Amino acid sequence: MIHKFDVVIVGAGGAGLRAAVEIPKEYSCAVISKVFPTRSHTGTAQGGVCAALSNEEDDSWLNHAFDTVKGSDYLGDQDAIEIMCQDAPRAIIELEHMGMPFSRTPEGKIAQRKFGGHTKPENPNDPNSKRIPVKRACYSADRTGHVMLQTLYETCIKNQVNFFSEYFLTDLIIEDNTCKGVTALDIATSDIHVFHAKCVMFATGGYGRVYRITSNAHVGTGDGCALAYQAGLPLEDMEFYQFHPTGLWRLGILVSEAARGEGGILRNNKNEPIMEVYAPIVKDLAPRDMVSRAIISEIRAGRGILGSDGTYYINLDLTHLGKEVIDEKIPEITGFARTYLGVEPTKESVPIQPTAHYAMGGIPTNYDTEVLADHKGNTVKGFYAAGECACVSVHGANRLGTNSLLDLVVFGRRGGKKIAEFLKTADYTDFDSDPKERANSTLARLLNQAGNEKTSAIRRELQENMMEKCGIFRNEADLKQMKSIIKQLKQKYNNITVQDKGKVFNTDLLETIELANLLDIAEAINDSALNRTESRGAHDREDFPARDDKNWMKHTFIRKSSDGEETKIAYKKVVKTRFEPMERKY
Amino acid sequence: MEVIFRILRYNPEKDSEPHYEDYKFDAHQNMTVLDCLHKIKWEHDGSLSFRRSCAHGICGSDGMRINGKNHLACQTLLKDINTKKPITIEPLPSLPIIKDLVLDMSDFYEKNAVVKPYLINNTPAPLDRERLQSNDDAEKLFEAAKCILCACCTTSCPSTWTNENYIGPAALLKAYRFIADTRDEAADERLDIIDTPNGIWRCHTIFNCIESCPKEINITWHISELKQELSKREI
Repeated sequence: MIHKFDVVIVGAGGAGLRAAVEIPKEYSCAVISKVFPTRSHTGTAQGGVCAALSNEEDDSWLNHAFDTVKGSDYLGDQDAIEIMCQDAPRAIIELEHMGMPFSRTPEGKIAQRKFGGHTKPENPNDPNSKRIPVKRACYSADRTGHVMLQTLYETCIKNQVNFFSEYFLTDLIIEDNTCKGVTALDIATSDIHVFHAKCVMFATGGYGRVYRITSNAHVGTGDGCALAYQAGLPLEDMEFYQFHPTGLWRLGILVSEAARGEGGILRNNKNEPIMEVYAPIVKDLAPRDMVSRAIISEIRAGRGILGSDGTYYINLDLTHLGKEVIDEKIPEITGFARTYLGVEPTKESVPIQPTAHYAMGGIPTNYDTEVLADHKGNTVKGFYAAGECACVSVHGANRLGTNSLLDLVVFGRRGGKKIAEFLKTADYTDFDSDPKERANSTLARLLNQAGNEKTSAIRRELQENMMEKCGIFRNEADLKQMKSIIKQLKQKYNNITVQDKGKVFNTDLLETIELANLLDIAEAINDSALNRTESRGAHDREDFPARDDKNWMKHTFIRKSSDGEETKIAYKKVVKTRFEPMERKY
Repeated sequence: MEVIFRILRYNPEKDSEPHYEDYKFDAHQNMTVLDCLHKIKWEHDGSLSFRRSCAHGICGSDGMRINGKNHLACQTLLKDINTKKPITIEPLPSLPIIKDLVLDMSDFYEKNAVVKPYLINNTPAPLDRERLQSNDDAEKLFEAAKCILCACCTTSCPSTWTNENYIGPAALLKAYRFIADTRDEAADERLDIIDTPNGIWRCHTIFNCIESCPKEINITWHISELKQELSKREI
């Protein structure tokens, strides 16, 4: 079946839905998603979304921008960061006007709380004075992402947006540097649908499932990034993958930074507050990369707590917050601790460990979400990307908490606006070849190939090795070993037998296609990590422990090569406006 | 420990009707039902189909009938259910089965849309700032806003089983979420929509919805509030 739409948006999380809301009525728009929209991963965001509203105390967007640049370890593009932080108050007010429920201040304004890495100068008249935590995160208890996603979906119902739910992306069609559409598999029937479009936006989310312990949903397999990479486009800054410090031990389920924003303290096996050593000023509210490293360093130094399965964890102590704060401000996450670990957070500490959480890297775009064809800044005609799958780059080497939700609504909207402008003069471009060809041959190959490999076993091997060799701490030997493991796993992939040969809701087949995507994503992460011989933000090389601004103040652009050949890497300059790089201390 | 999962299987390409299949395997009491379904799918039978995504009770994908009760697979631990006999796993009742545990949810989603589940406010919003709302008023709709559209409540309701046209507790809860919102101006319109025999009056206060809600929302209380609102209107 062939559909024609002026614009096709792939992904129905925060960025995709926000973009869909922005497309003017006179244009036809379809939103394709592999899950029903409200099942998207945006819904699991907990703690808040930052904007310098100054509802609780004085703040300014420049403070927010400074923090975001510093948090990014100076790899974020400062022009894009300024746009995001300046637009943040408007974006949050807009969500409130759409109906998003927020916790409130006594005056009835949107309530705000502290969050990791968000600060302001202690003396407002001296921008260089000591920086102290500031209440900047707008929140709705600890369900901020859930109510944001619901509100955006509800607004789409109001606007009668066309959804194709449970359609799985099978191809991105770019010919002569022009994006002409996508193909997608209708999961209920296995029919391949062609979506012929004047332009396409990817809002396909992240790829935490490349790691064993992750806060990411099972759907987080980087399909959009992988398809762009397979189409020969570059991916940017893939070596920067964020581990959130507080995942539930063994499970990786997210325990929001809001827990520390409300006063939670990380403690080691001697009951010492560990962050006093690693970030003496802001302590537990240091950025995520630093806190994650602190936790692993404590465990390596023998100060972790030994768990029942022989692995170690660190304690998150919330007991002093009192039942009222716990029940009112962080009910959801404390519920997770009760349900999954049988821990009562009002009385005992919650065992945590770092969990793979967020991709700073992804499909390179400019700040209008147009996808870049190369490191020189040329764009692909009619192709846009926003949200976690994109790399603008506003997060640089390390994202600050709450800035992901902000990124979704700011750049989702900007993308929608840019697309509306593009559509004024755009037209459909005919396909040069059969658009279904690739999807059909992939399906035929996977359903017919027979070997003794299993999708789940290969995926497990990939995830465990990525965790160990390409996780929080990295070194050349491990990364080289990981490189050869990925190659072997790609070989094994060709010997997978898909057990389910049926056409109806064949999730066995889908998981196998997702695994191919994860293998490509792992390759891009690992090769980029091996190449960058410095430590910056979330990328920590034990063999190159210092940040090296002289040689590495630049974005990695990695490109897949044809079979058997090495990936190719180029670089793009970091955009600097007003913030000079300095040592990153908190 | 060894457990037996007795799963209702149905493949429209092969089966004329649903049937049970047993899977015996070693499990740990801290495993969730979803972990077990993954174990079956990944180690024994790749053709088993079910929906899941976040795996911790937020996305609402994996509502199913576990030992006769509607619940989320990812939020049900083996230690909390009877594992001495075979654990029965069935799709939620009263919606058409696509395959195995996967249901056609369109009827459920359409009923949700009937109550106009979006903020309606024709008074221009203040420029550059939020609409004010007290924290108490905000919290009045928090419970209802927790809903994850998993359909556990609506498909647990005997009124749904006997009348497929009943709008169901999830849609009523959604109506409440907007009617209770001080920022919304369409309460009357929504009350009209639910003030019908297949609307709110089909609720007979059976409480199944509360028992099955994985987010522990007191759905019946919200519906009663709406009923009171309607009775006030009639006087």
